[in-house]
Amino acid sequence: MGSGRLYLAVAAGAFRRYATYRAATVAGVFTNTVFGVILVYTYLALWDEKPHLGGYDQAQAVTYVWLGQCLYATLAIQGGGAEKDLMERIRTGEIAVDLYRPADLQLWWLAGDVGRALFQMLGRGVVPFAFGAVFFPMALPTSVTPWAAFVVTLLLATVVSFALRYLVALSVFWLMDGMGVNQVLMITGIFFSGMVLPLNAFPGVFGDIVRVLPWAAQIQMPADVLMGETDPLGAFAFQAAWAVALLAAGRLLQSAATRRVVVQGG
Amino acid sequence: MGERSALLEGLRAYRLIAGMWVRSSMTYRTSFIVTVFGNLLVTGLDFVGILLMFSQVDSLGGWSLPEIAFLYGLSVTAFGIADLVLGSMDVLGARMRDGSFDILLVRPAPVLAQVGADRFALRRLGRITQGAVVLGWALVSVDVDWSVPKALLVPVMVVSGAAIFSAVFVAGAAFQIFAQDAAEVQNAFTYGGTTLLQYPPSVFGKDLVRGVTFMLPLAFVNWVPAAYVLDRPYPIELPGWAAFVSPLVAVACCVLAGMAWRVGLRSYRSTGS
Repeated sequence: MGSGRLYLAVAAGAFRRYATYRAATVAGVFTNTVFGVILVYTYLALWDEKPHLGGYDQAQAVTYVWLGQCLYATLAIQGGGAEKDLMERIRTGEIAVDLYRPADLQLWWLAGDVGRALFQMLGRGVVPFAFGAVFFPMALPTSVTPWAAFVVTLLLATVVSFALRYLVALSVFWLMDGMGVNQVLMITGIFFSGMVLPLNAFPGVFGDIVRVLPWAAQIQMPADVLMGETDPLGAFAFQAAWAVALLAAGRLLQSAATRRVVVQGG
Repeated sequence: MGERSALLEGLRAYRLIAGMWVRSSMTYRTSFIVTVFGNLLVTGLDFVGILLMFSQVDSLGGWSLPEIAFLYGLSVTAFGIADLVLGSMDVLGARMRDGSFDILLVRPAPVLAQVGADRFALRRLGRITQGAVVLGWALVSVDVDWSVPKALLVPVMVVSGAAIFSAVFVAGAAFQIFAQDAAEVQNAFTYGGTTLLQYPPSVFGKDLVRGVTFMLPLAFVNWVPAAYVLDRPYPIELPGWAAFVSPLVAVACCVLAGMAWRVGLRSYRSTGS
């Protein structure tokens, strides 16, 4: 089997694994929709008070909310993607089996996470987004080009999101337990991805800083590309740069971990 | 055995099980302290979000920052107490799937007490602490003409609010017996509910406000009484005494949730493996 087909099979396996839990998916759609409705009303009140906050009008703010709900599970914003399994395998020592496989560790987990993200997008993300588009005024492009650019940013966002979580998960090789880092992942993910408030509405220097952190590649960039608020090529470059940097850091840490750390087990 | 002794027995079982989980989490003391702190931070993000909003505006839906902090503090403290007491109920679905729920059924202690105390996590004090701090700040900075009834309403809101959220948790647990994998639905009402109540009712559509006032009466956790305390109009017409009925609403919710739990428990079918 060619190595391309191997990773494709891993991705397809992850897709099917998540697709098995249908009731959980429906429940997730419901929850994301409820949260979307609550957030939309608060954002509308905020934009009512201060029109054009962060350069968005009301319809754009609404679009941002529903995109956030759509990508929440897709990009595992607060964790719970491939890194959760990876941490558990490191903790139990099962990672030794993974290291024996004639496959690249990082690519293996990336493929799995992409499969998961694709399912979460189709199964869990699209419905709340469509609900939002039907019941609230949204600023969606009518031509094909922005949608095509949007798909590219989503792919890049998925890679950045994975690279970040992979890096964090590897720390369990030294820490032995992922509880603390999971919490850090959750806090940073929710806050710096702009789940609480769009990053372009963050004030002053603080805003300038959060907009160049890797988390900005996750929701803010795809939203801005979709709504034509930023140059798509610039957004691609930003996302790709973080993806490469984080994946490279992940590789470095991975080689350090596999060379120096004794796998747990018994 | 009378109702009263059954209740006492349930509380005793709850205390013993919760104590066991506390002792087990205290074994890793540093980890415990770190997770309490983390819990405080995670749950505080919502308020940071509100502060960020108020760095751009002076009011939201006509309510000032101290007023929204008042709503936030009440909502989060009440929810935090319910979350500490019954918050582990979302593992019920997993317990039924792997069959370990059956073990709880054969133990000589009320099932609800066992389920409630399951994985009792003292780290959840983080949320209560955070909510109480915001509430404390709101109480000193909010512009209210305090009277005895208004002052009394504050602790009444926290206690009844905690009871209302507890009822939601129990009803959610009963729902899980039927839905199993769909455990996440209850997050929409628990976490979704506390998020909703952090913002003033004037922000939301009237139908939504009507829904959480008359159907799922979350509005009695803080919205309705707080509107009276702050002397703010409530978006829908309510009689004057509505601000004081939170305890009654809480009792009614708990009774209904208890009945739902009994129905759920009676129709439980083991996976059999």
